[in-house]
Amino acid sequence: MTDPVMGRIHSTENFGTVDGPGVRFIVFAQGCRMRCEFCHNPDTWNIKSKKAKMRTADDILEEAVKYRPYWGEKGGITVSGGEPLLQMDFLLDLFKKAKAQGIHTTLDTCGNPFTRKEPFFSKFEELMNYTDLLLFDIKHIDTIQHKKLTKHGNENILEMAQYLSEIGKPVWIRHVLVPFRSDYDEFLDRLNQFIRSLSNVDKVEILPYHTMGRYKWDELNIKYPLEGIEPPGQDRVENAKKILQVDQYTGYQTR
Amino acid sequence: MASVTNNTENVNTTAWEGFKGETWRHEVNTRDFIQENYTEYRGNDQFLEPIAESTDKLWAKLQELFEVEHEQNGVYDMDSNIPSTVTSHGPGYLNKEEEKIVGLQTDVPLKQAFQPFGGIKMANNALQSNGYEVDEDMNKIFTDWSKTHNQGVFDAYTPEMRRARSNKIITGLPDAYGRGRIIGDYRRIALYGIDYLIEHKQDDLANTGNRTMTDDVIRLREEVTEQLRALNDLKTMAASYGFDISHPAETAQEAIQWLYFGYLGAIKSQNGAAMSFGRVSAFLDIYIQRDLDKGLISEAQAQELIDQLVLKLRMVKFARTPEYNELFSGFPIWATLSLAGMGIDGRSLVTKNDFRLLHTLTNMGPAPEPNMTVLYSSHLPEGFRTFAAKMAKESSSIQFENDDLLRENWGSDDVAIACCVSATVTGKDMQFFGARANLCKAVLYAINGGIDEKTKKQVGPKYRPITGDSIDYDDFIEKYKDMLAWLAELYVNTLNVIHYMHDKYSYEAAQLALMDTDLKRTFATGIAGISHAADSVMAIKYGNVQVIRDEDGLAVDYAPQNEFPTYGNDNKEADDMANWIVEYFITQIKRQHTYRDSAPTTSLLTITSNVVYGKATGNTPDGRRAGKPLAPGANPSYQDGKYLGEKNGLLASLNSTARLNYENAMDGISNTQTINPTGLGKDEDTRIGNLRNVLDGYFDKGAYHINVNVFSNDLLLDAQENPEKYPNLTIRVSGYAVKFRDLTREQQNDVISRTAHDRM
Repeated sequence: MTDPVMGRIHSTENFGTVDGPGVRFIVFAQGCRMRCEFCHNPDTWNIKSKKAKMRTADDILEEAVKYRPYWGEKGGITVSGGEPLLQMDFLLDLFKKAKAQGIHTTLDTCGNPFTRKEPFFSKFEELMNYTDLLLFDIKHIDTIQHKKLTKHGNENILEMAQYLSEIGKPVWIRHVLVPFRSDYDEFLDRLNQFIRSLSNVDKVEILPYHTMGRYKWDELNIKYPLEGIEPPGQDRVENAKKILQVDQYTGYQTR
Repeated sequence: MASVTNNTENVNTTAWEGFKGETWRHEVNTRDFIQENYTEYRGNDQFLEPIAESTDKLWAKLQELFEVEHEQNGVYDMDSNIPSTVTSHGPGYLNKEEEKIVGLQTDVPLKQAFQPFGGIKMANNALQSNGYEVDEDMNKIFTDWSKTHNQGVFDAYTPEMRRARSNKIITGLPDAYGRGRIIGDYRRIALYGIDYLIEHKQDDLANTGNRTMTDDVIRLREEVTEQLRALNDLKTMAASYGFDISHPAETAQEAIQWLYFGYLGAIKSQNGAAMSFGRVSAFLDIYIQRDLDKGLISEAQAQELIDQLVLKLRMVKFARTPEYNELFSGFPIWATLSLAGMGIDGRSLVTKNDFRLLHTLTNMGPAPEPNMTVLYSSHLPEGFRTFAAKMAKESSSIQFENDDLLRENWGSDDVAIACCVSATVTGKDMQFFGARANLCKAVLYAINGGIDEKTKKQVGPKYRPITGDSIDYDDFIEKYKDMLAWLAELYVNTLNVIHYMHDKYSYEAAQLALMDTDLKRTFATGIAGISHAADSVMAIKYGNVQVIRDEDGLAVDYAPQNEFPTYGNDNKEADDMANWIVEYFITQIKRQHTYRDSAPTTSLLTITSNVVYGKATGNTPDGRRAGKPLAPGANPSYQDGKYLGEKNGLLASLNSTARLNYENAMDGISNTQTINPTGLGKDEDTRIGNLRNVLDGYFDKGAYHINVNVFSNDLLLDAQENPEKYPNLTIRVSGYAVKFRDLTREQQNDVISRTAHDRM
């Protein structure tokens, strides 16, 4: 017998209503390479954090199914983070076992680890067989700005989006609207063009930047880079929704 | 008791034109009539009509009166010298020209009746505390010449009962007010007319006993005779409004009016707790549908009739004392209205009328009364479940009960809820309502050998107290069992006294006249402080609780040294501990003799009295601070002390409550939850859908009840500071809905301090 694959888990949440369809059980994976300036979970960055719990897929699922009666027809589990794709083996094990129980699986990812190189790509291809939906974060459409905002480029992220479009895997595109960073019509236009080139987008969500995770930066003693930047006003959110034509994406209602 | 003769020839046949079925024609059987004739509705809310002009005028007028009432601390006006009976007052109107459904408790809208039969002291106290003068003649009549329920009870109470009562180990006993919680089958008047019901009761009277005049036979003969008198009184009252209810109702308007007259007779003749309205939705829909089919009324007119019925139920008032209002704040009367539910044949009982009744919360805005109660099942049509979730979200005025459990355990699909969670089969069951025992306080009695931690009096038996600096679990649990056994015995004996005297001096003839003569009776007890009791026992088991004593050596505080599992966090062992306590207590209750051989039940229910109970309860071993409100009903404790609170979120909390065993608490298990709208999702449709999912899951898990509030705590804080901005803000508290501004500041603070579930 081989040892079970362990996941580094930051925490779980039994009543997720904003990360995918229906009521969902959310698993927050520990560890992320991106360093987004607006991150509201910087406590999930360090993959080696001692506060993370080492858990097996069976253990997670046993906890999750206690809440299955509340999920309705569309709900299920969502793995978020951190960046779940950094723990591919665990994720595969978890989703495989979840699908065996008929559970709807959603992956909330920023796409940062994506590469066509092996061994990642084969595993990713396999993972997609057990993934019903991706919540796919595009932090910035412009490569240079993306790097400023997250400390990483976005070439592979856009490539992943195209790959998902090729295989027809349903995605919800999510875009955090940050004043002085991404909230410019020019960038939003370009993002819109990109999203429109994809064939698999069921929903586009604007997530207005907020400061509710701010206290975590202070707790971790990291300097907060967006000091003084206020959340976008309702008019800017509406503007972004209009430019990104969010009303056009209705696949989520029927899928 | 089945009737021996068939009296159908006396029934006006046009009233029953178009109705199907046979059984209900030959016996009084409203359930059979409903099953044979109702039309299930599986659609959505698109057909609903807005408020009619007449209702709008009435509602505006009523709101003006409510303002006056609010300014006068909840009393618009009061009678002091007309003892209220079914026929005591002439007709009264809100605005006669606009009223489609008529009838007031007194001759003036919102004027509270003088109801001395439960107790002249309480009636006088209600007058005096509200600035009215006691009528000396009335005082003399009901003190020197005639006896009341309250006097009878105190004549028979033992010193031990009085001590338990004044030290509040047993609280809220209906010994000075009407026990209530009896639901007449008011539908019977509409379907059969009074004359038919009189003939049936006369048959029953003729068939009481078998020659030997035992106590039971004598009592029953007197009671049925009183019922016959009440039926005639109902006719007289209706006639004063110009209606002849000796015959069955012929139209929807008449059906609603006849039915309401029955309820009016009940609330005119009794000042009882939770004078619930019953389950009338599908029944009235049959009449409305017949009129719609005949083209006699439009959907707008149907809604108008329903709105006006509900408006009447929003007007029900009782004169009550400050003590009562402290116990049950916000002036609740629990005119509980039971909706929806499934039939035992697999069809749902959802009709368009269930939509119309909930739609009154849109047409006239949210309101505490009638206490809207949806009998829920995940098998109900999706259109209705969605609409109910939507209305719950928008109004925070709806509660839900598990209809699957009700059908299974009560063997009927005609169960209605009395009060908040107490089931009775309509017209077939009655219950003896009996307040609650504080099982959290009983933990302290077990530790202190029956001495009350607040008053220092020896209330319980002088069992050996726990004397060390820490508490040994095995030692404690044996003492706790002894204390619970003592408490159960005393509690049941106390209630036996109360119900004997209530039947004798304040018999509910008007309600019982509309029920079967041969009734099933339940003996409803209640438990307060279950979560703190369970958590305290868990603390003693795992928390290494250190005892802090006062100068007399009495244990007055407790310090758990380490963490322990608590109820409400989906921890099976802690939840099972709560179950064990309930099971042990009801087992002890069942060992006692109960009045009229009624079947013992218990509830996990405290209404808002959790604040008053908490005030009377000292520090507890779970770390809860003295005087803090107990968690209401079966709610898990809120954040208080180091180890308490719902730490794992909404669904974990719901899983714990769902784990409580309804079979041990057949009088009901109450759970009140507040969810922040943002916690339910991002947009309206998602929020409604998710709330429906939560309800489906919760009830499929076997849970019994939930009060749903959807708002943020910020809203309550603003409403507390600026009450004028929120005259109609209605919220669910434990077991009922209340206008937030009518709560005391202390109770508002309690509600605000409760857990509002949001996403993390």
